[in-house]
Amino acid sequence: MGRSGGGRRRDRMRWSKLYTFNCFRGHHGDAGDEGPSSDAAGAVGGPGFSRVVHCNNPVLQKTLKYPTNYITTTKYNIITFFPKAIFEQFRRVANLYFLLTAILSLTPVCPFSPVSMIAPLAFVVGLSMLKEGLEDWRRFIQDMKVNNRKVAVHKGDGEFVYRHWEELCVGDVVKVEKDQFFPADLLLLSSSYEDGICYVETMNLDGETNLKVKRSLEVTLPLEEDESFKDFQEAVIRCEDPNPSLYTFTGNFEYERQVYALDPFQILLRDSKLRNTSFIYGVVIFTGHDSKVMQNSTESPSKRSRIERKMDLIIYILFTVLMLISLISSIGFAVRIKLDLPHWWYLQPQNSNKLDDPSRPALSGIFHLITALILYGYLIPISLYVSIELVKVLQAHFINQDIHMFDEETGNTAQARTSNLNEELGQVHTVLSDKTGTLTCNQMDFLKCSIAGVSYGVGSSEVEIAAAKQMASGADDHDIPLQDIWEENNEDEIELVEGVTFSVGNNRKPSIKGFSFVDDRLMQGNWNKEPNSSTILLFFRILALCHTAIPEINEATGSIAYEAESPDEGAFLVAAREFGFEFFKRTQSSVFVREKHTSPNGTTEREFKILNLLEFNSKRKRMTVILKDEDGQILLFCKGADSIIFDRLAKNGRMYEVDTTRHLNDYGEAGLRTLALSYRVLEESEYSSWNAEFHKAKTSIGPDRELQLERVSDLIERELILVGATAVEDKLQKGAAKESLLSQIANGSQMVKLEKDPDAAFALVIDGKALAFALEDDMKHMFLNLAIECASVICCRVSPKQKALVTRLVKEGIGQTTLAIGDGANDVGMIQEADIGVGISGVEGMQAVMASDFSISQFRFLERLLVVHGHWCYKRIAQMICYFFYKNIAFGLTIFYFEAFAGFSGQSVYDDWFMLLFNVVLTSLPVISLGVFEQDVSSEICLQFPALYQQGPKNLFFDWYRILGWMGNGLYSSLAIFFLNLCIFYDQAIRAGGQIADMAAVGTTMFTCIIWAVNMQIALTMSHFTWIQHLFVWGSISTWYLFILAYGTTLRSGDNYQILLEVLGPAPIYWAATLLVTAACNIPYLIHISYQRSCNPLDHHVIQEIKYLKKDVEDQTMWKRERSKARQKTKIGFTARVDAKIKQIKGRLHKKGPSLTIHTVS
Amino acid sequence: MDSHAAGSSSGGSGDGGAPPRRNSRKPKYSKFTQQELPACKPILTPKWVVLVFLIVGVIFVPIGIVSLRASQQVVEIVDRYDDACVPAANENDKLAYIKNQTIPKTCNRTLTVTKDMKQPIFVYYQLDNFYQNHRRYVKSRNDGQLRDKSKASDTSNCDPEATVDGKPIIPCGLIAWSLFNDTYNLILNNKNLTVDKKDISWKSDREHKFGSHVFPSNFQKGRLQGGKILNSSIPLSEHEDLIVWMRTAALPTFRKLYGRIYVDLKVNDTITVQLENNYNTYSFGGKKKLVLSTTTWLGGKNDFLGLAYLTVGGLCFFLAFAFTLLYLIKPRKLGDNNYLSWNRPPVGRR
Repeated sequence: MGRSGGGRRRDRMRWSKLYTFNCFRGHHGDAGDEGPSSDAAGAVGGPGFSRVVHCNNPVLQKTLKYPTNYITTTKYNIITFFPKAIFEQFRRVANLYFLLTAILSLTPVCPFSPVSMIAPLAFVVGLSMLKEGLEDWRRFIQDMKVNNRKVAVHKGDGEFVYRHWEELCVGDVVKVEKDQFFPADLLLLSSSYEDGICYVETMNLDGETNLKVKRSLEVTLPLEEDESFKDFQEAVIRCEDPNPSLYTFTGNFEYERQVYALDPFQILLRDSKLRNTSFIYGVVIFTGHDSKVMQNSTESPSKRSRIERKMDLIIYILFTVLMLISLISSIGFAVRIKLDLPHWWYLQPQNSNKLDDPSRPALSGIFHLITALILYGYLIPISLYVSIELVKVLQAHFINQDIHMFDEETGNTAQARTSNLNEELGQVHTVLSDKTGTLTCNQMDFLKCSIAGVSYGVGSSEVEIAAAKQMASGADDHDIPLQDIWEENNEDEIELVEGVTFSVGNNRKPSIKGFSFVDDRLMQGNWNKEPNSSTILLFFRILALCHTAIPEINEATGSIAYEAESPDEGAFLVAAREFGFEFFKRTQSSVFVREKHTSPNGTTEREFKILNLLEFNSKRKRMTVILKDEDGQILLFCKGADSIIFDRLAKNGRMYEVDTTRHLNDYGEAGLRTLALSYRVLEESEYSSWNAEFHKAKTSIGPDRELQLERVSDLIERELILVGATAVEDKLQKGAAKESLLSQIANGSQMVKLEKDPDAAFALVIDGKALAFALEDDMKHMFLNLAIECASVICCRVSPKQKALVTRLVKEGIGQTTLAIGDGANDVGMIQEADIGVGISGVEGMQAVMASDFSISQFRFLERLLVVHGHWCYKRIAQMICYFFYKNIAFGLTIFYFEAFAGFSGQSVYDDWFMLLFNVVLTSLPVISLGVFEQDVSSEICLQFPALYQQGPKNLFFDWYRILGWMGNGLYSSLAIFFLNLCIFYDQAIRAGGQIADMAAVGTTMFTCIIWAVNMQIALTMSHFTWIQHLFVWGSISTWYLFILAYGTTLRSGDNYQILLEVLGPAPIYWAATLLVTAACNIPYLIHISYQRSCNPLDHHVIQEIKYLKKDVEDQTMWKRERSKARQKTKIGFTARVDAKIKQIKGRLHKKGPSLTIHTVS
Repeated sequence: MDSHAAGSSSGGSGDGGAPPRRNSRKPKYSKFTQQELPACKPILTPKWVVLVFLIVGVIFVPIGIVSLRASQQVVEIVDRYDDACVPAANENDKLAYIKNQTIPKTCNRTLTVTKDMKQPIFVYYQLDNFYQNHRRYVKSRNDGQLRDKSKASDTSNCDPEATVDGKPIIPCGLIAWSLFNDTYNLILNNKNLTVDKKDISWKSDREHKFGSHVFPSNFQKGRLQGGKILNSSIPLSEHEDLIVWMRTAALPTFRKLYGRIYVDLKVNDTITVQLENNYNTYSFGGKKKLVLSTTTWLGGKNDFLGLAYLTVGGLCFFLAFAFTLLYLIKPRKLGDNNYLSWNRPPVGRR
């Protein structure tokens, strides 16, 4: 507020006179928006319109119970946490199964002691709940941050104090300052502008970056100072109930015994931002969850990764197997009970209970089925879910902590907002990206221009730089003898023989924001010496005058900044300033420009009277000012899209059309945004007759006012004379050139961009309207097929809903993982619809981030997120799940085999405690360390070889071949473990002392073998051993021995008492069996991986070897070549343009002359 | 080597001049959080593959040979007597024979020593088709009662052999109740061979699990008579047959140690066994065998372990050979960049 005093004076301008189209259509509610606003007055008070707001009157307002401005997005609170979280846990089939078994374990049916069933379940569920709790806590913290933002609130007696957002109540008067977010939905009362307008950026609501104008009612304009709210008491707002519609509002404002109708123009929505306006006063209408933006937020659908869904399928398969072997077992039991039990006198069959009653074998069989289901439950890895959750939390922690994804500027790290989808990041096939603000900075850089058919500006666009670079690095791959064409100079500057220089890297050091133009012919007044200097002068004047911006003088430095509606305009003004045409002052009717080189006596200030301003909108695609210069000449300056301008050129205005068109094409190919500039000289009489008509149209009331205005505008915007064209670069975000990498990730996959502006003719470009047709049922598959054929698809001017629809179409159509990335609230639909939603944080608001699964602070981090973390997480989780199934099959089936030798009685050969510990302690940590720490290749290599990422989308590590392979391995291991031990411990003595192995000895030996086999297996699976893996793998094996020692000292252990020290330890056969079985279990896998590596190596194998042999250091050319190859062959977006550029350059080289080729790559 | 080069061109122009703030949120660098912990990354090079298989082979084959030799040094005499001991008159109804208390159960068997046997020689009985591992059977015991005098009346889990006339059975449960009760008396050259029945059980069992102050009571007093009757004046810890028996076997075919003979036997010695054929295996068709066996360091006679080791070892030698061949016939240079997927013709890889 420091400069508000000075700023305010400057801001006092009635803009309403200048504006034509956007606003100020009288406040009759003629908004043109769909919605009930036109018949507002009638509806207020009726059903759905019950809200009453007593402005600035907390006493009266308290009688109405509206929620406070407190928001909460958490899933649980302290009371609901336990019941709700437990319910969530048991919605999982596997957990429900384990719950049932735990309950049944309290009955005699259970083959184990109850504690061995309940303890692991409690552990597993407890851990999952802990994780849920922590995640919810994080959400809570995030909410608190928002709730604790501060805003100035009227306390009474004209005094404003800062309060937290959450304390805001309906009816409060707040003062929001420039660049602050509105804390709630407000009614605009007044602003720093005299006529009560303010500029609002609704980026968070609809993603639009251009500023929207809001305007208060006339009647509240006097409330322009803090003190004036002393007596502002009796105003009442009656309006609609909370609803999610952003563009409608219906209500009445009762003030001083008058009723005024309210429409959306007076409403400032929560999460939009005040721009270009020092401050506003407003009354809170909707608070917290009542606000439109909160009403709009839908619960983000819980997403599950492809791998997890497949895992569920496998679990169902295992359930089927479980049912099957349980059935076999219970049939076997029933048969034996019927036929054999009566003869087994030692079981006293005559004293049977119903569990094993030979006279009722069917009943006993059914009871036994339950027993068997519990007994073989070890086939279903109980700890799988919780281990995966734990691993994912840790993986997410690594993502959050990654220092390479920390943005110094915003201070944000990457955030895995849900850890469910880590591995899905490694399988992304299609990326859908919002363009503005996501791919590009939405910050324009004046780079080139074409004036009077001459192209100025030697700076290179990012596309050209990348093309040059790529050509240089891939030089040896090209078939042209490049030595005589390229001169390589430290990779920084690449000179083309023809004399065009591409400066690469840090050579470009534009000191001025928004201005990267380099060409001495125009600078320092040199333009005066150019042949067409008069046209150039006009060109500069158009730049300096044809706009709606406001200059802001920095009082400290005297430099001028511009508040422009669009960044392009800002860039033009900066450019004009640099050329010597400094726009420094705007008054109600005039624009003042300081011109440096137009008169011999140095700097002159010139005033141009603005007569009319026909501003830009997306339909007109042009903007016009009509002004009178100091000589009294009336000029019309028009800038707009080239096609629009070219259509309106006069016959004598087409002098430069051909050249300009060529330049425009060049600029377009270089990825620049272009506008054509033109002018027209008007006769006084011609103007005044037109102005009369225009005035009539402007003041007309009725639905066709807009049409009228357009028609009249069209009349004057004719017979133009082309001056030239501008080319600005919408800077890619730092590292967004990595788009090429993204596609590389993909190497042939799709990249669908949902853009706002079509800026280059590569790819299929489709705009919102066409899209509406394309998305209809009968068309959409054709559209999809077309889109798949194209390397990239650009959809421009699409609504958030359409974005979501396209996303769904792509997701369902291709059936592959889609990732949507965006930064604004308009991307929320897309982010939620895609398999993975990524939000860009730190730029604007939190909407996209809140809806997203991952948030990063810059687009360029997406590469690391996918290529490094995604790749790792995918492999980790895939291997982990496979291994889990392997180990539980290997273990679970031995229990089944033993049944066949124990009369299917449900007796386990293992001690209960062994079984309890198997999943929870003895085999859990190594697999978790696999899931958390495994790296096939280092992060640098992941980034250098994005092609490695292809392993994910191709799903090489979790396809059925691999899953079944692991299951087969488990089956084999179970057979080996059981039958080898059975034969070894058949009936003979196991010691020199003649002792025989009893069941405990056999069981313990078998269990030892299992522990060794599965832990050796995971050691073979891992390719990356830090001390943690070593500790966990070897520690697990040691833990087993320590456990059996400790367990052997307690008498609870039954027959396992002192088993290691007294029975097995001194028996060589025990150790011999362990060694044999472990080897036998792992040799097939060893054969498999050895064979695969030698005959059919995967990419990461080869790269591992290259690294291992340090070939990358020895043979750097090869290494570099492979790296560049790994990221080549991309035909998408940015890269497509780069390729086209390369082709073009090559083409030129061949033809030795300028040529114009438009390469469409699709 | 800078993979970010393509994106670095935006230079300073994009900087809004915002000073770096909130850097306190910058993650602290640690090798752990950045996943840069030093790690060993073993790679299965051909050299290693062959070496591993060779090493396994080199270790396993000798173990196999030693184990097989050990097993073959064991001399084992097995004599099945369940059928043979049934008098011809009862041939058709063996069950009636065994249940009839009045028929004398004594039976004489003659064993011929096939090879010299060095003492100690272990005497086992072997039962067949006897499900000591049946859940109903395994559960039917109470360890506390066996150990602790004060828990004498604790017969939980012992059903259906827990109490008789309301009084607790010690030792309770089916296992104890069905205690094997055949007895053997070995005679060599008309001289009784002393069968040492001491210390045939595990020491810890005797000392910790079967109480020296716990005496059998109400045992085999029920309506049904199971197996052996225990002398109720001897504490459980000294009923070693019971202790051995109560170590339930893993498989339906099992041996249990009966005792030891500390006499060397010569080849062609004949041993006469006077046995009391009391135990009923006839109802379920189980076999009964008497086994005399020596042991080695590895235990009794079982060629399997040795053979398995030889098989695995042999297989590993074969694999080492096969992989060597593979590498010779179809060599792949390590780290050969031609094997990278983008350098390979796009044939249908998995």
